[in-house]
Amino acid sequence: MTLTVNGRSHTVDVEPDTPLLWVLRDTLGLTGTKFGCGIAACGACTVIVNGRAVRSCTFPVSSADGATITTIEGLARDGTLHPVQRAWIDHQVPQCGYCQSGMIVAVAALLDQNPHPADEEIDAGITNICRCGTFVRVRKAIHAIASR
Amino acid sequence: MPSPPAERSRVRKWSRRAFIGAGTAAGGGLVLGVAELAFAPDRLETRSGVELNTWITVTPDDLITILIPHCEMGQGAQTALAMMAAEEMSADWSRVRIREAPALDEFANEYVIRGFVDVRVPPWMLRGFDYGTYRLARAFGLQVTGGSSAVRGTGVYGMTVAGAAARDMLLAAAAKRWGVARSECQARNSRVSHDASKRTATFGELAVDAAAMPVPSHPALKPPETYTIRRTARQRLDIPSKVDGSAVYGIDFTLPGMLYAAVEIAPVNGGRLISVDTAPAESMPGVKRVVKLAEAVAVVADSYWRARKALAALKPVFDDAGHGDVTTAAIFSAFDKSLGAAPDLPAGAPTVVKADYRIPFLAHATMEPMCCTARVQGDRAEVWAGVQDPLNGRATAAKALGIPQRNVQYTNLLLGGGFGRRLPGFHDFVDMGARIAKAMSPVPVKMIWSRENDIQHDFYRPAAMSRFAGALDSSGRPIAARSKYAGGGDGESTFMPYAIADKRAAAADAAHPIRTGPWRSVLNSQHGFFKESFVDELAHAAKKDPFAFRRDLLADQPRFRAVLEKAAAMSGWGAPLPEREGRGIALCESFGTIVAEVAHVAVSPEGRVRVRTVCAAVDCGDVVNPDSAAAQAEGGIIFGLSAALVGEITVDKGRVVQRNFRDHQMIRLADAPEIRVEFVRSNARVGGLGEPCVPPIAAAVTNAIFAATGVRVRDLPIKNAKLAVLDAPGAAS
Repeated sequence: MTLTVNGRSHTVDVEPDTPLLWVLRDTLGLTGTKFGCGIAACGACTVIVNGRAVRSCTFPVSSADGATITTIEGLARDGTLHPVQRAWIDHQVPQCGYCQSGMIVAVAALLDQNPHPADEEIDAGITNICRCGTFVRVRKAIHAIASR
Repeated sequence: MPSPPAERSRVRKWSRRAFIGAGTAAGGGLVLGVAELAFAPDRLETRSGVELNTWITVTPDDLITILIPHCEMGQGAQTALAMMAAEEMSADWSRVRIREAPALDEFANEYVIRGFVDVRVPPWMLRGFDYGTYRLARAFGLQVTGGSSAVRGTGVYGMTVAGAAARDMLLAAAAKRWGVARSECQARNSRVSHDASKRTATFGELAVDAAAMPVPSHPALKPPETYTIRRTARQRLDIPSKVDGSAVYGIDFTLPGMLYAAVEIAPVNGGRLISVDTAPAESMPGVKRVVKLAEAVAVVADSYWRARKALAALKPVFDDAGHGDVTTAAIFSAFDKSLGAAPDLPAGAPTVVKADYRIPFLAHATMEPMCCTARVQGDRAEVWAGVQDPLNGRATAAKALGIPQRNVQYTNLLLGGGFGRRLPGFHDFVDMGARIAKAMSPVPVKMIWSRENDIQHDFYRPAAMSRFAGALDSSGRPIAARSKYAGGGDGESTFMPYAIADKRAAAADAAHPIRTGPWRSVLNSQHGFFKESFVDELAHAAKKDPFAFRRDLLADQPRFRAVLEKAAAMSGWGAPLPEREGRGIALCESFGTIVAEVAHVAVSPEGRVRVRTVCAAVDCGDVVNPDSAAAQAEGGIIFGLSAALVGEITVDKGRVVQRNFRDHQMIRLADAPEIRVEFVRSNARVGGLGEPCVPPIAAAVTNAIFAATGVRVRDLPIKNAKLAVLDAPGAAS
C-alpha cells in the first residue's frame, strides 16, 4: 500500500486491517497522532485523509491506500505554523496536550470546509474529548481564527 | 542530564531548615541550589550529605537554566516555578530555559511536604514510601507532583530563595570586578549595572566569577509590588511542542528493535490468572511470546496492533479473588447500614432538615492510557514512562525486578494527564511493564494499556455517602449541621466555614474491595458536594436566599465572604431568569485556596440540563502566572462538571461495568459552559490551583437545578435524576 503523508510518499507492508493510527505511529514514526480509545470516540487520533477529518484508530490502512494524508506534523508549511496552531499558542489552549494534536487537526479540517462556523456548527463538528477541560479556550481560539 | 555541581563543599546555612549551596557548572558558570532538612515522620533530621535541589544554572552564553523537580501535565507548574526563580534573580525572561529534573534522589522535593507541614501529610503520599529501600533521612524521598503543591511548596520555599541567592552572588561578582560597593549595583533584565560609573555586565559575563562568591546566608526576597515577571501573563514554555506533534509523551517513546505488549488483566480486582491456552496467539503474525503474569496475560509482538489482535484470540481464565458478587448497590447498601440513624440534633429545634447524598466511583480517564517502556539487561534496567513521581516510578520498577534502585535508570516523559492516577503508590502500570520486559530481556518492550484496561483497572475516586441532619432556630439561623459519612473524609474536606454553633462530621466506614485512589481534589470532591448541598437545603428551609444565607454566616471569615460576594456579583446574582433556569452557588476551601462558584443552568422540559455559565472567584493568596492560573480554574470546573453531570463507574459481579468512552462519559465542547474566572488577591499564604476549582462545581449545579425546577438532586451523576416536567410530583399523567 502507498500513502502520501505530509507530502511524502510511503510504501507500507502491513496487514490491511491495521488501523491507520498504528501505521502512522509505529511504522512511519509519526507519534504526534495519539491513541486515546481505539473506538473512534475521542478524536485524539484525528488526521486528514483526502481533505476530510477521520479518526484513524478505526480507519483501516487499506482504505487509505493511495490517499493523501495530513497529520499534526504536516500542518505547518515551510516552518510557518498553521493558523490553528498559531491560535492555539496565542490562546494558550493546551494543558496536558495529549488530545490537542487531534483537536487541532479536527479544527483545521472544519475551518477548511467552513471558515466562519457558528457556535452550533462548532459544537457539531468538534466532538473531541479533552480531559483537562480546555474547551473554553478551544472555542475562543476557533472564533478568533474565523473572525480574521 | 544536568551538570552536577563540581563541588558541594560551600554550603551555608540559610535558616533553621534550609541550606543554600553553590558550585561551578561543568563548562563554567554558576550553579546553585537549595536543600532542605528532611522532614521525617517523628523528627527533623539534618541532611549532612547535602543533596541540593531546585538547581539554577547561569552559563557564559547568558542563559539561565532552571531545573524543575516537578513533572508537567498541563498544569503550568514548570513555567510558574521558573517565573518565581527568574523574578528573584531579576532575569530577562527570554533568557530562561527549563528542564525537568531527572529521577535522582538529589531532586526529591521535600518542599512538597513543607507545603503540607501546617496541615499534615496526606495519606496518598504515605503510600508511596518504601521504607525498606529508603533510608530514614530520605523517608520523604519523593519527587511528587500532586496535592496542588508545586507552587506553594517548591516555589515558595525553594525557587524564590534560590533565585534571590543567585542574584546576590551575581551582584557580588560585579561589585568585586568593578571595585565598587555591592549596594551601588543593581540587577535588572539579566544585567548588573553600576549607574555612577555607567558600567554594565550580563549575567552570562558574570557567571564564572559569581560561582566563586560567598553563598549568602539570608538572601532578601523582593517586595511583591516590585514584581515584573510574577503576576504577569507569560506563555507556558511547554505549549509550542504541544501544537506541532513534537512533544514526547510516555506512549511516544521508541527504541530500535522494540517490541509491543498488549494485556488482558483479571477483570475482578485481586483476581489471578488460572489458565490460558497460548497457542491461538502464538501462531499469529508478528507474535513473539505470550507472557503469563500473576494477574494478567500479555501478548508481545513486533507491532502494537498485532499484539492486540493476537490478545483478542486468547480466552484467559481468571479467578475473582472471592469478590465476584460485589455490586455498587451492595456497596451503597453497606454504607447506608454503617451510617445508621441520622445524626442527633439538639432537642426542640423548631426546624429540622435531614438529607442523604451519594456520589459514585469515578475513573481518572487520562487521555493517554497507562503505558510503560522498559529494557531489562541482567541486573540493570532502563524504564520510560510518565508518572507524577519519577523516584517512585524508579522504586516501583526496581521492586518489580528484584534489583537495587541504583540499577534502574528511570526517565520521566510528558504525562497525557495525571489527575492523581499517576501518583506514587499507583504505579501498577510501571510494575507490569517492567515484569513483561523482564520476560523479554534483553529486548525493550513498550506496554500500552487499551482504553478498556485503563477504565476497568483504575484506582477510582471513592464512592461515598453522607447523612446530614441540621436544625434552624425560630429566626431561621442554623444552630446545628451534623453529618456522618462513609467513603472517606478528613478535617479539611469536611470543614464548613459558616458560623454554625454545632458542626461536626463523623466517619462511619464500610470496607469494599474496589481499588480507590486520589482523584483531582481528593476527598474534597465528595465533601464539597455534600456540605454545600446541605447548606443550600438549610437556606431554603429558612426561606432565605442561598447567597445571603451563606454570607450572613461568614462575618468572621472575611476571605470566604469576599470570594462568595465576588462570585455572586460576577454572576448577576438575583437578576430575574426565564422559567426553568436558575443559579446555584457553592463555596469550598481546599489546598489552601478558597473558591466560590455560581452556576447558571437551564433545564429543558424533557429534563436535559444545560450549564450556561460558571463564574468562579478564587483566592489563592497571590497568582504567579494569571493566564495559566485561569486555565487551571477553567479545567477544574470542566473536570468537575463531567463528574457532576455524567461521570459514573459502576460495579457488577465484582467487575467494572464501563469499558470505554461510549459508556464512560465526559462532557464535550457542546456541553461546556462559558466560564469566567476572577482572582481575589488576599496576600494570604499561597494556595494551590490544580485542584481547588473542582470541589464546588457539583453543588453549584445541583443548587441551580433546585432553583430552576424545585427538584433537589442528592445523588450524582445528575444524568440519573428525573428532571423532566412530567417527572414532577403531581404532573398530569
